[in-house]
Amino acid sequence: MAEYWYIAEGFEERIDGFRSKKSEAEVDLEFEIPEKDFNTAGKGSSELKNLLKRLGVNSEILRRIAVASYEAEINVAAHSKGGIMHSAVYDELIHIRFQDEGPGIEDIDQAMVPGYSTADDLVRELGFGAGLGLPNIKKNSDAMHIVSAKGNPTVLEFFIYFS
Amino acid sequence: MKLSVFMAAIDGKNHTPALDPENIEISGAYVSDMLSDVMGSAKPDQAWITIMKHLNVIAVASMTGVPAIVFSKANQPDDAVCDKALEEGICLISSPHDTFTLAGILYKLLKN
Repeated sequence: MAEYWYIAEGFEERIDGFRSKKSEAEVDLEFEIPEKDFNTAGKGSSELKNLLKRLGVNSEILRRIAVASYEAEINVAAHSKGGIMHSAVYDELIHIRFQDEGPGIEDIDQAMVPGYSTADDLVRELGFGAGLGLPNIKKNSDAMHIVSAKGNPTVLEFFIYFS
Repeated sequence: MKLSVFMAAIDGKNHTPALDPENIEISGAYVSDMLSDVMGSAKPDQAWITIMKHLNVIAVASMTGVPAIVFSKANQPDDAVCDKALEEGICLISSPHDTFTLAGILYKLLKN
């Protein structure tokens, strides 16, 4: 399996600390993302956004979380056989994990290049498929991790701190 | 600038009458039909000018924090789209002008 890690400058220790600590989430949310269903995709991000708004998360941070998670949901609907979005809200940060049922990313580094897309016509007609999904997730995250390989499920997770 | 000023200048029609363009402030607009481009670059105080009018457009605006969408070339959103926009508090306006003209009119208004 190929692996991709991105950690924003200055977040290395916080991410390491968080990952080794295995703390318990304050809130867990799970949503199913069916294949090619672009109306259901987005429900998870929308509900998560409402929850975080109620919890008083800063509006700019909220925007980053919403954009990254919506892009990831659309990716699962557009490119996989469906999957699950799992959000874990902690005191300091949110950790969102997307696991799909394949068929996997052949070349993750290439998928990260802005403008590169394997989206089909249906996805492009909707105005998605610009090849900006993964770059947008990276741009809005404090850390992002992808594990995938051709013929395998993809796991994408990202971490965004509330302050 | 108030969205109502822009709406008046473009022969705009409000498809979400419960939201008053008089109460919406915009600093400019983002122009794009690619949804990820909008999510990557539009700012929360900008209107979004586009020809796209399906349901995902509302989700994109909501996630990005865009307060208003202006549909060019008389593109009319359907009822389901308007209902969703109302739910999300996003004002929908359609105008007979094309995107270039809409952006030009807004640019001029903001410069004056």
